[in-house]
Amino acid sequence: MDMDKETTAVQPTQYHQPISEPVIVIENLYKKFGENVVLEDFSLSVKREENVVVLGKSGAGKSVLIKCIIGLLKPDKGKILVFGEDITMMDEDELATARTKIGFLFQANAIYDSMTVRENLEFPLRRHWNNLGEAEVGKMVKEALENVGLTHTSDMMPAELSGGMLKRIALARTLILKPEIILYDEPTTGLDPITAREIDSLILTLQKKYKTSSIIISHDMNCVKNIADRVVLLLEGKCYADGTYKTLESSSDPKINQFFQ
Amino acid sequence: MSIISEAKDFLDQTGQISRFAGRFFSHGLKPKFEVKELLVQCYLIGYKSFPLVGLTGFIMGLVLTMQLRPSLVSYGVQSELPVMVGIAIVREIGPVITALIFAGKIGSSIGAELGSMKVTEQIDSMDVSGTNPFKYLVATRVIATSLMLPILTILGDAISLFGAYIGVNIKSVTNIRFFFVQVFESLSYSDVLPAVIKTIFFGFAVGLVGCYKGFNSTKGTQGVGRSANSAVVLSSVLIFILDLLTVQLTNLLGLN
Repeated sequence: MDMDKETTAVQPTQYHQPISEPVIVIENLYKKFGENVVLEDFSLSVKREENVVVLGKSGAGKSVLIKCIIGLLKPDKGKILVFGEDITMMDEDELATARTKIGFLFQANAIYDSMTVRENLEFPLRRHWNNLGEAEVGKMVKEALENVGLTHTSDMMPAELSGGMLKRIALARTLILKPEIILYDEPTTGLDPITAREIDSLILTLQKKYKTSSIIISHDMNCVKNIADRVVLLLEGKCYADGTYKTLESSSDPKINQFFQ
Repeated sequence: MSIISEAKDFLDQTGQISRFAGRFFSHGLKPKFEVKELLVQCYLIGYKSFPLVGLTGFIMGLVLTMQLRPSLVSYGVQSELPVMVGIAIVREIGPVITALIFAGKIGSSIGAELGSMKVTEQIDSMDVSGTNPFKYLVATRVIATSLMLPILTILGDAISLFGAYIGVNIKSVTNIRFFFVQVFESLSYSDVLPAVIKTIFFGFAVGLVGCYKGFNSTKGTQGVGRSANSAVVLSSVLIFILDLLTVQLTNLLGLN
């Protein structure tokens, strides 16, 4: 941390006073790939029903961070407590159980090409809860598609859908298990501005409906402005700044300012 | 310097594939089994490959017979044509050609499918959805290729022998029953069993290499193409190496 940052950056705990118990607590996370240190002593906490946007340059480690939270990557050091349980210490079965409470919206949507929309939505349901009946599965799929306004696509193949529709289907699949936490990896990247704003509003609507907490990775400043309760700036592997959109936007620190221009 | 780095890469890759195979035996074969997906893969890998294997087998039998005939005629032993063709097809040409066709069709398709799933995060998505992608994608495909290739080889051999019968009949009229009696009388279990058993290993190599290349695919669509291509090249080379080893083994066991 240089002198300039010492004087102007917003300190991580300065703005956010706890209003309820945290659902995610990340303590001193450290992750490197070869000699490349991606996360270094990174700490963050997310409260219930809070939307935290993580900003940072490409390759700063934002996606690595949320992949560590869902257990797709194992950090080298540090703790990730989700509802008080340390994800980094979990075995495969415990992780599978924890993942029913955490949804993950992939940047590339990750819709299975070989399955119809309905089969895509049924997949996590049948894999996590194999005791569900056909009627119940059908009802949940219908509800998920209604939430994103795409009930007519249930028998279509992913190749027949547009980018915006695929993002909505991916969001429906993420929400079908009714997770309490959702991790969004660049939800509006690659979409036109109108569709991007539709996705923003859908995220907010569904967040209110299901009372979820979220960590959102984004470069889209309109999306950040619309969605964020709090913005965290990830720079050089560390939490460089933490505050509301307005506070960071008015910061005089050039390292923060460059993201808001 | 480049030879050293290539040798290093080769050894590195051999080590990684060995580890991948170790993971298959230590994790992939443990319950809970993905039976439904295994059956789907057996259908896609076995049934869908049959027309190609059948066609190439038929042409191979026909051409082999037509090529061998002049040589045997010059020695005055053309009556031995069914015997010679039968042994060549069942012991060597049938298993190896079927495996190479299989590597080209299935190895590349597994490499490309898993590669594109990897670069579009579908494998990660599966992990998040409460599914072990190694068991669901790798174990099912490797078991399916190991089971289906021997069956395809037996069917391919049968069609190839039929092609050979047609080849024999082009120049002279031979009764079909007489042809097949002559072929089967010349064959013993020591000809058929090692040839079929080695195709289990060929199938395992094709499935394992295809899955390894796909599972470790990087760098977008270009990487997917490279995975598909290198899956075919590497599994074809492995088929020849395994063939060489099984010939040596059957020699040692006195099965030749």
